[in-house]
Amino acid sequence: MKRTSSTALLRTTASAALLLLASGHPLTAQTIAITGGTVFPVTGPRIENGTVLIRDGVITAVGSNVVIPAGATRVDATGKWVTPGLIHAGSRAGLGIASLFQQSEASVQGEVTPSFSPAEGIDPAAITIPLARTGGVTTGIAAPGGSYFRGTAVAIQHAGSRLEDVLISPAVAMVLDLSGSSKAAGGGSRAGTMARTRRIFRDALEYARRRTDYQRGAMQELAAPAAELEALLPVLRGEMPILITANRAIDIRNALRLTQEFTLRTILSGAVEGWQVAGEIAAAGVPVVLEPNTDIPSFDGLGARLDNATLLRAAGVKVIIAQGDPGGERQLRFGAGNAVRNGLTWDDALAAITRIPAQAFGLEGYGTLAVGSVANVVVWSGDPLDFASAAEMVYIRGQATSLHTRETELLERYRTLPPRR
Amino acid sequence: MKRHRSLLLLTGLLATACAGAGAQNPTPTPRMFMTGADTAVFRDTLSFMRPQYPSTYVRHTNPPVVIRNANILTAAGQELRGATIVFQEGRIVSVGPDGPVPTGATVIDGSGKWVTPGIIDTHSHLGVYAAPGTAAESDGNEATNPVTAEVWAEHSIWPHDPQIPLAIAGGVTVMQVLPGSANLIGGRSATVRLVPARTVQEMKFPGAPYGVKMACGENPKRVYENRGPSTRMGNMAGYRAAFIQAEQYRQRWDRWLLDRKGPPPARDLKLETLAGVLRGEIWVQNHCYRGDEMAQMLDLAKEFGFTIRSFHHGVEAYKIADLLAEAGTAASVWSDWGGFKMEAFDPIPENLALLTQAGATAVLHTDSPDGIQRMNQDMAKSYYAGLRAGIALTRDQAIRWITANPAWVLGIDSLTGTLEVGKMADVTLWSGDPFSVYSKAEKVWNEGWLVFDRLDPEHQYHTDFNLGQTAPGVGR
Repeated sequence: MKRTSSTALLRTTASAALLLLASGHPLTAQTIAITGGTVFPVTGPRIENGTVLIRDGVITAVGSNVVIPAGATRVDATGKWVTPGLIHAGSRAGLGIASLFQQSEASVQGEVTPSFSPAEGIDPAAITIPLARTGGVTTGIAAPGGSYFRGTAVAIQHAGSRLEDVLISPAVAMVLDLSGSSKAAGGGSRAGTMARTRRIFRDALEYARRRTDYQRGAMQELAAPAAELEALLPVLRGEMPILITANRAIDIRNALRLTQEFTLRTILSGAVEGWQVAGEIAAAGVPVVLEPNTDIPSFDGLGARLDNATLLRAAGVKVIIAQGDPGGERQLRFGAGNAVRNGLTWDDALAAITRIPAQAFGLEGYGTLAVGSVANVVVWSGDPLDFASAAEMVYIRGQATSLHTRETELLERYRTLPPRR
Repeated sequence: MKRHRSLLLLTGLLATACAGAGAQNPTPTPRMFMTGADTAVFRDTLSFMRPQYPSTYVRHTNPPVVIRNANILTAAGQELRGATIVFQEGRIVSVGPDGPVPTGATVIDGSGKWVTPGIIDTHSHLGVYAAPGTAAESDGNEATNPVTAEVWAEHSIWPHDPQIPLAIAGGVTVMQVLPGSANLIGGRSATVRLVPARTVQEMKFPGAPYGVKMACGENPKRVYENRGPSTRMGNMAGYRAAFIQAEQYRQRWDRWLLDRKGPPPARDLKLETLAGVLRGEIWVQNHCYRGDEMAQMLDLAKEFGFTIRSFHHGVEAYKIADLLAEAGTAASVWSDWGGFKMEAFDPIPENLALLTQAGATAVLHTDSPDGIQRMNQDMAKSYYAGLRAGIALTRDQAIRWITANPAWVLGIDSLTGTLEVGKMADVTLWSGDPFSVYSKAEKVWNEGWLVFDRLDPEHQYHTDFNLGQTAPGVGR
């Protein structure tokens, strides 16, 4: 009873709730010094025998000569690797109580639903969230599913008990699919999809200019309901990025055309044949979210190849790594490892799951270990991109989180089999 | 002219077959199929007396190979450092600190590299669900009846599936291609070598027993919801009804085969396959996720007197590892994939480690055209998950999950799956430790044939489908 009321008290302010431990530890203003590890700030070179100092959920010092205040909780990370919490730009964790297909909350019916944000479908109690933490992923960017204009991607942190605790932003990017799966939205041809997209964008701008006419009924029928066009305005004003799925080279070029025509802040998603148009993507300043192990040819990307990330990076493109499968959160770091296997530098691979997605999706203060950064920090037993290592401590907003999962309990139950009956 | 030559060749093969088996066999057992020699005698007789889609695989002639100074994981109990492996005429002739250099051998410096047996996947749909994924080439599920034991996966395999060279580039040399899991009994599997080929017959592993795909749980009852089975108890009733029919069919035929008096019983392809299971000639490969359901299937096997060779997708195999060890049934499982449906709700990354600890035959399988390219990575994940949980494991035990143990599941373990003298030269050379994410298969020999060399485009196979496209896809 007492415990319930004190928990309720803590929840009265959102900021307090943000600091609530996922494992249920009481809230205290806390200073933590993670010492002795090899620190990867991602803003600069690695620091041997470095210290990361955290106070009240924010990083207050990073370096090799950090003065540790008296009373700080010391965490010995000697021999460990210390990185920012990973950011998964292809996340599904929390969008449904479990990763069962039937339990997904990721999409709504309809082809043109820019006003949809899956935020209120997010369940902070989802069993996928602790699993994501075990993969060192502290932040998920989850795009709605479906095809064509799907709605907005949300950003969440993987700790907290209420939506207000976990939600970083309900709308980090508008999501548009220009791949083959949106052909139907254009009447059966990519060219039709492009034409319809331009009509929707123009009508949104027209609607914004002539709201009074719209209210008087003095406008011709719009290409989408007003509420949906309204939702597109931040994109057309350059206030919100647009995440465009495009895999074939021609789809990518179409996306770049729209980017230029409507002055969009585009992020490409998929980009299976990106390597073929890498120079053009780089020239447009467009970052790319990709899955590094994509090499199976489809008619949406006959040119799939494993060194796509490497070739894009070599052309100067900002590369973000994601893993789409159920359980992708835990595979994220290995996706980055595979990108290294296929030629990307290790530093670029780590940036592709930390700093670069934070920048592209406007998550200021995330994805780096720098003074003022949100204290999402992972202590790894070794190289986070390789199999031999594991996340040993995962801090979210300066609080140690639990790495206990359903899997842990199943293991303990069946480690020794019960006697046969 | 060409036709004449092939006729001659056929005659030659028939003679060989006659010498190896047939009439001189001192203890004849009832046998369905005639050898080629019998066919010549019974030229005008019925289909069952003729060869049934035989393998035409022939080993390629290649120079001998010596790999020196390499780290060798034999999958037969050893990890040798700075050692030498020699293979010649498709067979391993030496593994140890040193080795002979046969005349004309290709000598490779293996410094800093690892050698393992070629990887074997017990569960693949390459060729039957080819890329690009189109309805036109969706050939894996004959989802027209809950029991389609009459279909054979090899009749769906497209040898030019562009996923095949991608799997070869992952160090894989042999795979079992199965029908899908829509049906209770989905049809026969085929064990094939991953080699460039124009026909599937050229890929079929000579002498490998057929498997038959069976499926538990959600898939059959979902697919046949409207006509049945629509429940797990309906699934069980379906298997039992089929095997009861097969028992009678087997009796009819075995009786006739002993004396061959009168006209033979009517041939039924469905029951022919199931009778093969009852005779122990065709091995059950059973898609089954849940532990309790696997236990039901073990009872079914006892009822009809056969052994299930391996469960596949046994996400909960760790819950019944003792039952599996006792039954002599392997578990083909993933490393840490699951959660995507109800019967896959309880995956744990320690599955393979716990199975190994319990003495069951633990196998890492993929069921995935992506996964088959990186089986060493899933092995590594499972190995380290086991170690972290405090389960005693050796690297040799882990490499067996993708080599020796799958070879046993496919009944080819006396021929391949380990690096031992006399075994087939199915060999993968890795750029580094195969337990690391950064390592790649560098060279792959399939019975001594260099089918992949990452450093030499001359030895990078592209299927017909790959030709004339911008990115052939392998070799990077």
